[in-house]
Amino acid sequence: MREAIETSSFDSLRMTPGDFPILQRPTSRGKRLVYLDSAATSQKPRTVIDSLSEYYEQYNANIHRGVYEIAQRATDAFEAARVKLARFIGAHTSEVIWVRNTTEAINLVAYSWGGENIRAGDAILLTELEHHSNLVPWQLLAQRTGAELRFIPVDDRGRHVLDDLDSLLDGCKLVAIAHVSNTLGTIAPLETIIPRAHAAGALVLVDGAQGAAHLPLDVKALDADFYAFSGHKMLGPTGIGVLYGKRALLDAMPPFLSGGDMIRRVGYTRTTFNDPPRKFEAGTSNIADAIAFGVAVDYLSALGMPSVREHEERLTGYALQRLERFEPQGLAIYGPRDPQRSSGVISFNFADIHAHDLASILDTEGVCIRAGHHCTMPLMEKMGWSATARASFYVYNTEADVDALCDGLEKAARVFRL
Amino acid sequence: MDDFYRDYILDHYRSPRNFGTLEHADVAAEDINPLCGDQIKMELKVDDGVVTDVRFSGKGCAISQASASMLTEHIKGMKLADVAKLPKDVVLENVGIGISPTRMKCAMLGLRVLKSAAIGELANWPDEE
Repeated sequence: MREAIETSSFDSLRMTPGDFPILQRPTSRGKRLVYLDSAATSQKPRTVIDSLSEYYEQYNANIHRGVYEIAQRATDAFEAARVKLARFIGAHTSEVIWVRNTTEAINLVAYSWGGENIRAGDAILLTELEHHSNLVPWQLLAQRTGAELRFIPVDDRGRHVLDDLDSLLDGCKLVAIAHVSNTLGTIAPLETIIPRAHAAGALVLVDGAQGAAHLPLDVKALDADFYAFSGHKMLGPTGIGVLYGKRALLDAMPPFLSGGDMIRRVGYTRTTFNDPPRKFEAGTSNIADAIAFGVAVDYLSALGMPSVREHEERLTGYALQRLERFEPQGLAIYGPRDPQRSSGVISFNFADIHAHDLASILDTEGVCIRAGHHCTMPLMEKMGWSATARASFYVYNTEADVDALCDGLEKAARVFRL
Repeated sequence: MDDFYRDYILDHYRSPRNFGTLEHADVAAEDINPLCGDQIKMELKVDDGVVTDVRFSGKGCAISQASASMLTEHIKGMKLADVAKLPKDVVLENVGIGISPTRMKCAMLGLRVLKSAAIGELANWPDEE
């Protein structure tokens, strides 16, 4: 019966379990690997892994300069990946800047745009559930400039409370907001916040680390000014990510890092810079990983992002249903508890079992979950949680994985004599 | 790893010994494991170089809390100079079985705090000669 469920789930996304080599390898204890930590990083399909070795084995060369064949091939593949990413998010190619990851993308905006546009007394509006990567760069910018940080509150289920949005936006130059909470899975009401931010004269940066991977995305329809995301959370390799920015903004922004490749003409004392996106891509880029990120996006596009979303919504619903049965034993589920308002993330605690102990016990069964503060320490403190366990889903997860999680919880209950 | 959670470990986790704070501690230290957020504070009464009372407080997993609880029982009556030299084995003998490398930091947090408290205090003492 479980086999049947598993197959049907893969079928609905037109993929095979064999697409992900790591999921075929048993753990050292001989268990099936049940990977429920995709909010931390996703697993990679064979095509992505192969594209990395293909680059290094067949056409490893620097880009944008060599005249020989493999250099041209590398440049073409690198720029073709940019086109794929642009199409994937609905942007123009020149608006897709390669960065290391979401954190670097946010720092780029904080230093370049922020340094130029944020002054003492300006407000920067965040939310109470931001990941440290969309909080600390703004704290530092505020310290450098004398700007004020404000926060859109969230309720006890981690849902945004917009009652005071207008007064929060008063005097605000920038709203920086997570598309999806990595701790609770809450999907931000961007369709409400962005127009109101613009009406108040503020730009909007979306931290899309948990968004682009899971939700159909069109940055133009969303009207985000900046959108930042990482490859490794969406089937791609680590060390590569994208900053999307509206072209007019990118044109006006000063460079962030400087050096090779981002220049047009260099003299001993003066330099003119390249056009976006290369104005923001100093030094030799992460060529192999950018190309492989393009392959990851091919994989997601073939599945279809609406199907990915539907799959995760269904799986989250199934998981919530199954987890609720542990509530009499003391399981507490946090977050929206509504698959339509959340994206493939469930945070919980189980009676008096600390999240780390729970993760250790689940690990013995091959079940990988995250335990801790999820890089959202202020949110944890506000909610009064010292740590939570977090299960997060992606395209390769199935109902059988949720069942394995629940079997693991039963084991934890036995081990802790609940 | 699941073998680790034996009855006496769970007992120390759920009913920690010497848990709380001391009103007039002679020696104190605290630390946090930034990866997981486990916190331990150790407070000691020291009389004539000997630990006469100890309390710990904090929050965290069964491994960190039970290890700290067992340590407090171990050090009562010990010379502070010996506390400063406590080997890891003291913890490992109690909780070492089946513990994974990633959780070793949790197990050692209490010992690390205790030793830094003792070493810090000893550094303030005048040389005996």
